Amino acid sequence: MDNREATIKRFSDLLRDNRNRIEKNSAGLLNSFREEAIKQFAELGLPDRKNESYKYTNLEPWFNANYKSYFVPEAADFRAAENFKCEVTDLDSYNLVLLNGFPPRYNGIMAGLPEGIWVGSLTEAAERYPGIVEKHYGKYAHNGKDGLIPLNTALASDGVFVYMEKGITLHKPIQIINLVHSDGDMFVQHRNLIIVEDNAELPIIVCDHALSPQKFLTNAVTEVYVGENAHFDILRVQNEHNNAAKLTHTFIHQEKSSHAVSNNITLHGGLVRNSTYHRLNGEGAECNAFGLYFTDRWQHVDNFVSIDHASPNCISNQLFKGVLDDYATGAFNGRILVNKGAQKTLAYQKNNTILLTDDAKMDSKPQLEIYADDVKCSHGATIGQLDEDALFYLRSRGIDKNEARLMLMFGFAREVIDNIHTEALRERIDELVLKRLRGELSRCTTCTINCDK
Amino acid sequence: MQRVYPKFCIFVCYLFGLNTINGTITGFHLLALGGLRFNTMREEMGKEQDKLISKVTSGEYKYGFYTDIDLDIIPKGLNEDVIKQISAKKQEPDWMLEFRLKAYKAWLGKKMPEWAHLNIPEINYQDIVYYAAPKQKATMKSLDEVDPLLLDTFNKLGIPLEEQKRLTGVAVDAVMDSVSVKTTFKETLAELGIIFCSFSEAVREHPDLVKKYMGTVVPYTDNYFAALNSAVFSDGSFCYIPKGVRCPMELSTYFRINAAHTGQFERTLIVAEDDSYVSYLEGCTAPMRDEHQLHAAIVEIIVEKNAEVKYSTVQNWYPGDKEGKGGVFNFVTKRGICRGENSKISWAQVETGSAITWKYPSCILRGDNSTGEFYSVAVTNNHQQADTGTKMIHIGKNTRSIIVSKGISAGKSQNSYRGLVKMLKNASNARNFSQCDSLLLGDECGAHTFPYIEVDNQTSIVEHEATTSKIGEDQIFYCNQRGISNEDAVRLIVNGYAKEVLNKLPMEFAVEAQKLLEISLEGSVG
Repeated sequence: MDNREATIKRFSDLLRDNRNRIEKNSAGLLNSFREEAIKQFAELGLPDRKNESYKYTNLEPWFNANYKSYFVPEAADFRAAENFKCEVTDLDSYNLVLLNGFPPRYNGIMAGLPEGIWVGSLTEAAERYPGIVEKHYGKYAHNGKDGLIPLNTALASDGVFVYMEKGITLHKPIQIINLVHSDGDMFVQHRNLIIVEDNAELPIIVCDHALSPQKFLTNAVTEVYVGENAHFDILRVQNEHNNAAKLTHTFIHQEKSSHAVSNNITLHGGLVRNSTYHRLNGEGAECNAFGLYFTDRWQHVDNFVSIDHASPNCISNQLFKGVLDDYATGAFNGRILVNKGAQKTLAYQKNNTILLTDDAKMDSKPQLEIYADDVKCSHGATIGQLDEDALFYLRSRGIDKNEARLMLMFGFAREVIDNIHTEALRERIDELVLKRLRGELSRCTTCTINCDK
Repeated sequence: MQRVYPKFCIFVCYLFGLNTINGTITGFHLLALGGLRFNTMREEMGKEQDKLISKVTSGEYKYGFYTDIDLDIIPKGLNEDVIKQISAKKQEPDWMLEFRLKAYKAWLGKKMPEWAHLNIPEINYQDIVYYAAPKQKATMKSLDEVDPLLLDTFNKLGIPLEEQKRLTGVAVDAVMDSVSVKTTFKETLAELGIIFCSFSEAVREHPDLVKKYMGTVVPYTDNYFAALNSAVFSDGSFCYIPKGVRCPMELSTYFRINAAHTGQFERTLIVAEDDSYVSYLEGCTAPMRDEHQLHAAIVEIIVEKNAEVKYSTVQNWYPGDKEGKGGVFNFVTKRGICRGENSKISWAQVETGSAITWKYPSCILRGDNSTGEFYSVAVTNNHQQADTGTKMIHIGKNTRSIIVSKGISAGKSQNSYRGLVKMLKNASNARNFSQCDSLLLGDECGAHTFPYIEVDNQTSIVEHEATTSKIGEDQIFYCNQRGISNEDAVRLIVNGYAKEVLNKLPMEFAVEAQKLLEISLEGSVG
């Protein structure tokens, strides 16, 4: 039996052996998808490097490791987790803490939330509002080639559910603090569903952190429905240690005249793979996909973006920038698909990367697939280093070399940060990035966990 | 554009299917020999181009005739015996047969590649004739001995095989149905030490050179079609430029598939020694047939220190009819290696024919300071499919490469650019710039870009940009306003769009290419 089959068998067995436990913790609707999903996973297997969209990311060592737990067995202590001070805590927001992929179950009543918004556990919501969840669950997360998505559908038992009624506007963002904490190595799978009904507006911030030095593997799928004329904004800040692998798949389905922004800011993480899918399903929809990544040591960050222009008159824009240091590797895979009939499409894509050392490596794959003629599409990718002339300019004005480099890198990153519209948040990210570039964010120097052996 | 040729250089020009302007071209040569500069000729050429453009009104494939010539055929099918027969017919030495058999074994173990953005119908490799040679006497001293029907074919194509057309001709190695028919100007070239002959002749007469270089750039294990070609290739061209020689004329190979059910598998090997230079042209046509014909070629280029090879292709295989019936499958592996310092390879291609094109002329930049260039115009119309691009592998320091790819899709065709730029760890200060633009003419066609960029060192700079758009209504309006009809406006714009690449082709080739562009797009504007 080769490796691929062994992995398939391992996960199929995992579901079979723990089915009762998973299903008891989950809702009937979610359970009804498992059988089909595990079959699909058995067909696809884990994406390996022969899979075109995983060409530059090797998942195998992470999946071959033996994890102590795959499901949360005992009641997690959310109070302890809530005491964790997130890097963005001073921001005025509604906070929700997820521990190992599980939200607290408090019937969706979050202090101070205006009416018409429901935030809480997906399992709980599936039982309370089966109509709403059934309409959207499992409808958008389709790739056809990525086995990780059916794997998540088969094994995940809970996650975040956010529901915005028609016409509701939320001015303060909802902040989801995603923590992993365990005594042993852990494989986390959670499934989120976000529904923004017509004319509603929802900003979300997701912060990913690891609290203990164990090996973590997270495989998270998020489905988002953005109704007509609705606005949705998701900002993800990832700051985990080098033993943590984070695989996120975000599917954003957009209806007519809707507007969505996704932004992934990766500060630290052993292996990070963010797959972002925007489907522009209604005329006049617009989306922006942004990303910023900083890596050092042996870290690897892979951003995969797929923009599917299914309707005419839509606009999409992608901007991904990054700085790679030490032995770090990065990958970018951006795809613009303009379907037949999606006339008057405007689609832009840009990926810029700076390599700081000869050992850093970047692979970039910007793609255009166009089946309509009245379109304007462009993409650009550059990989290079800091501009010697600019460095000289700064140094000739008495700025020391390190500071000059820092200024240039920060200026480079600023183009992405500028797209964050909430001022408080933008300032906070500015600060975080600056800290990151100075090397102050790497907690390894100050913390006793010493995960980076 | 101001390009000045040294006076001592013989001006040569290569044409096919351009009988209409032969007279003028000859005139050019007289002018050229008189030492006049290029730009004067360019003006003349401009007028001539206008005439040409006005002549292009019907869009049928004009090379679709078939010549009934006696053929020496090995029956359909592929197995070790067939390969042995091919080898025997060509009176090849044992090492060559061994190479073929090894390649055949490698091919058996390979699968048809599926990664390209192409929809390829299943190919029955047992239903193809792998060897079809025009029957002729073993040796020919003069043209009189060549089958007159064969000469007629080449006359129809406008290939100046005849020696008396010396002034209008380049050194041509014409390959018909896989067998090299005639190489012209051999003696002139031999004086300079240049070897330019058919591949089988090279195997017989220069076995050391062939042994030394064959398969070093494209090994038979390289890919499915390279393995197939290595096993069954019937002929091709061999070109060797010795140290310090600047080849005084453009060398050219002309390919034609004539017989039905045959595949064409030719192999080209070009070796440029230190400080040498050669410009090489390649053209191809095929008759119109309802069935698909397979063409799987290999081109290998080896460039030593300070040498330069320029390789231009105008590919005009039969593209199939309007419903997508028939046409040539063009699956070609082309690769060059810059082995020495300061060496240079330049690919220029105009791809207008073939039902399916699968072709990636690549450069391995191993020598320090070496340069790779790739200029391409790929046009697809009706049901044609093209997946073409390049690979630039930067190994040496200060290596540079430039990629300019212009895709034009019309009708129901699919046109993809697929390219790789790879900077290895030691390629410090390497530089690449890529630009791939797509133009869409029609709402049923597709244009796609699949660039791969892999950078493994911090001092190299890679830039890639691509755009896709259609011809702007404002541009058409601007032309209309000045009394230019819709159709002419589109031609004008397409020509301007492709100019950057056409400029890289040798002069007369550029005219031919421009004309081809127009024929290929005929009927797609509306």
